[in-house]
Amino acid sequence: MNIKDILTAPEDEKLFLLGNEAAVRGALESGVALASTYPGTPSSEIGDIFSKIAKDAGIYFEFSTNEKVALELAAAASASGLRTFTFMKHVGVNVASDSLMSVVYSGVNGGMIILSADDPSIFSSQNEQDNRHYARLANIPLLEPSNPQEVKDLIKFGYEVSEEYQIPILMRTTTRISHMRGIVEVNSLDKEERMGFFHKDPKRFVPVPEVALVNHRKLVEKIGKLQEKVDNSPLNRVYGDKTELGVITLGSAFNYVMDVVEEGDLPVKVLKLTFTYPFPEETVLKFIQSVDKVLVVEEVDPVMEKDVLAVLGKNGIIKKVHGKLDGTLPLIYEFNPEIVRNGINKVLGNDTGAELGKSEEKETIPLPKRPPTLCPGCPHRAIYYAVKKSIGDLNLKDVIFPTDIGCYTLGIEAPYEAGDYLLSMGSSIGTGCGFSKATKQKVVSFIGDSTFFHAGIPPLINAVHNKDNFTVVILDNRTTAMTGGQPHPGLPRDGMGDPAPEISIEEIVKAAGAGFIETINPLNLKKSEEVFRRALQYPGVSVVISKYPCMLIKTRGKKKKFIVEIKENCDNCMVCLENLSCPAIYLAEDGSINIDAQLCNNCSMCIQACPEKAIGIKKK
Amino acid sequence: MKTYNIYICGVGGQGIIKTSIVMGEAAMKMGNPVVMSEIHGMAQRGGVVSTELKIGHSWSPLIGDGEADLILAFEPLEALRSIDKIGEDGCVVTNTAPIMPFNINASKNPYPTMDFILKELESRSNKLYALNALDIAKEAGHILSLNMVMLGGAAAVPDFPVEKTLLKESMEDNLPEKSLEINYKAFNRGFDIVNSK
Repeated sequence: MNIKDILTAPEDEKLFLLGNEAAVRGALESGVALASTYPGTPSSEIGDIFSKIAKDAGIYFEFSTNEKVALELAAAASASGLRTFTFMKHVGVNVASDSLMSVVYSGVNGGMIILSADDPSIFSSQNEQDNRHYARLANIPLLEPSNPQEVKDLIKFGYEVSEEYQIPILMRTTTRISHMRGIVEVNSLDKEERMGFFHKDPKRFVPVPEVALVNHRKLVEKIGKLQEKVDNSPLNRVYGDKTELGVITLGSAFNYVMDVVEEGDLPVKVLKLTFTYPFPEETVLKFIQSVDKVLVVEEVDPVMEKDVLAVLGKNGIIKKVHGKLDGTLPLIYEFNPEIVRNGINKVLGNDTGAELGKSEEKETIPLPKRPPTLCPGCPHRAIYYAVKKSIGDLNLKDVIFPTDIGCYTLGIEAPYEAGDYLLSMGSSIGTGCGFSKATKQKVVSFIGDSTFFHAGIPPLINAVHNKDNFTVVILDNRTTAMTGGQPHPGLPRDGMGDPAPEISIEEIVKAAGAGFIETINPLNLKKSEEVFRRALQYPGVSVVISKYPCMLIKTRGKKKKFIVEIKENCDNCMVCLENLSCPAIYLAEDGSINIDAQLCNNCSMCIQACPEKAIGIKKK
Repeated sequence: MKTYNIYICGVGGQGIIKTSIVMGEAAMKMGNPVVMSEIHGMAQRGGVVSTELKIGHSWSPLIGDGEADLILAFEPLEALRSIDKIGEDGCVVTNTAPIMPFNINASKNPYPTMDFILKELESRSNKLYALNALDIAKEAGHILSLNMVMLGGAAAVPDFPVEKTLLKESMEDNLPEKSLEINYKAFNRGFDIVNSK
C-alpha cells in the first residue's frame, strides 16, 4: 500500500490499515476541514499521514507548538462551523486539558473529535494514565474502538453525534489499537470545500462566571439526552447467549475476551461497550440481570467496574462484580489473552493451575538485552561527552541533570548518566529552577528543540526572572526526532511542507534575558568543552544551544564521505569504547577495538576524543 | 478455523514492519481475514522490533507463548529471545548474521555462540531453517534487501498460507520500483535456500 491510497482508495475497497491510518481515512470520509496535533507515540502516524496528504485532500493540517494550541486551533475552527480533528498521546491531553474543560462547556458548531492515544504498559511514555477519566472529568462523550475498522467508522459516527448535540467527542485508543493493522473497508470521501464563519455569541463562547453557570447546566442537560442515546446505541452490543458468566468489556480487552471465549467454547456472554460515556446504564443493567456472574475486563484503571457498581447500587441490586477491585484481574499494565483467560477461568471456577505450573517450569536462557540507544553520529552523544568532560575538568561534584522528553532521554544510560529527574515536556527547566533554589549543587538541564518550543519557554523566563543559577543545554537537532522527524517552529517549513518563518531559539533565549548565551556546533569537541567550562562557571542562567541536525535526517539517502579506522598506535585505553560508547565502535574477539564502517556516520567524535590520536580517516 | 500465526522479530531498521505489511496485504488479497500488531516508538533506536501477524479469523493480533506457527527472525539473538512463542508444530526461519547490542561489552550476559543459538532453536522447534540473509542480500545487490530474503524464506516453509505470486504482487505495491529487481532476486534466493532444506 502507498500512503496516498488512504486518500485515493475508492468506496468499498479494502485496505490493510493501521488504527492510526484508519483514523485519517475516517476523518477524510467525514469532510474534516482542519486537523492539528503535537506528535507523540502512539498517535504520531496520524499526523505524519496528514502531513503527506493534507494538500491533496484540500484540508488544513498543522503540527502545533503543543497539544493545548492544537486543541485551541480545532476548537475555534469548530466554533466557526468546520469539522475538526485533533489528536495526541495520552499525556498530551494533560497539556490540552485546560482548554478541553472549557470547550466542552461552550460546545461546538462543526463537529470536533479529540483523539487520545493511551499507552498501557508504557511502551514509550512516562506513565500509563487512563484517559477515560477525562471523559468523566470534562463530561465529554467517549468512544472506544477495538480495531482499525471501528476507528474509521466511529470517527464518522462521532462527527454526527458531535454536531447533533453540539459537543466535542473524545475518542480513546490504546497502543494496541493505534498500532493494530487490520482490514478496513472504506466508504466514499467527502471532498466538499468548506470555509468557516464565526457567528459571534459571547454569551456562549466567553465563559465569564454568569456564562459558565448557564453552560454547565446546558452541558449536564446534553449529557442527560446522550444517556438515552447510548442506551439505545447498537454500538454497545451483546455477543453470545450463555448465562453462566457475563463479561463487560471494551477496546483491546474485548478482542482478548472473544478469542478466549471462542477458543475454549466457554459459557460466557459478552457485552462490548464502544460508546462508553455517558455510561450506558440501562444496557448494563439489562445485561447484568441476564447472567449469573459478572466480570468486568478493562485495561488499566477500574473505571467501568466502578460505574457498574454504581448502577447496581442505584437500582438496589445486590450482586458480586468481579474485576480489578476484587483481585481477579491486575490493576496495572495492558492485558493479553493469557491474563484474560486466567481471569475468566477464575470466576468460572475452572482450574488454571496446570497452565501456571507449566510456565514456571520453563527455564529461561540468560540473554543480553538490546536497549535502544543514541544512533551512531548522534549530536546528543557529542554533547553528553563534552559536558561530562567539562564537569570532570572543573572537578565539579554531584551535578544534577534534569532531563526532558526526546531521544536525549536515552542519555540516562551509562556511560553518559546525564538524566536525573524528569516529569513531563519542558520540566527540565522548571525543575532546574527548583534544584537551583533547593541545593548548592550545580544543575545542568537538557531540553530538545521541539520540547523547548512546546513547554520550555515559560520556565526559562521564570529562571531568569527569579535569579536562578544553572545551565540549560538546548539540544537543537533541527527536528522532532523521537517521534519520527516532524517539523517544529524552529524550521523553515510547516506541517504541510510549505515555507514558513523560522523562529530563532537564540532570539527567544535573548528575549528571555539569559545572561550567557552561546550557540555551538556539538561536533567541534574542543570548542564545546571550552564553552561548557565557561557556562558551568557563570553565576546565573547560562544557556548553551547545540545546533546540529539529527543524523537520521542528515544521512538519509546520502553516501558516506570517508571511512574511520583505528590506527596502529591504539593502546586499548578504551576511552572511545567506554566514554563515548558509540554503537559503531566495538571490541573484536581478539581484544582489539574496531569501527563498523556500515554503522559509522562520520561524526568524527571518536577521532577528536581519542587521547592517543589513534583514530583517523582511512587513506584511499 | 485455526489461524496461522507468524511472529516476526529483529532489530530496528531491518525492514520488519514493511515485510509484515507485504505479507499481510498478500494474505488479504487471498480473501483471508488478517490482523497484525506492530510495536513502534523507542524501537527505532537500535532496539528490538517485533510484529505479530495472524491469518484467519481472530479478534486479537497477539500471539501468546506456544502459539506461533512460524517465527521469522531477522537476527539470531532475537530468534532465541522469542522462542517461547513457538507452537508444537512451529518452524523457525532465522537469519544467522548477528547484530551486537550496542552495550554488549558491558552486558552481564554475553552474546551466545551461533552454535548454541542454532542448537537451541532446533531443539525447541519442529524445524529450523537457518540462512545468512545478510550475505544473500549483498549478493542480490543491496544490503537493505535482507528483509525480502527473509520473506522469500518464509514463503518456502511448508504450510505457509500465502501464495508466492501474491507475495510478489504485494512487493510491487509496497516497495520502490527502482529496487524491485534486487528485491525479487533477494526473495527468490531466500525462497530457494529454505525450499532446498
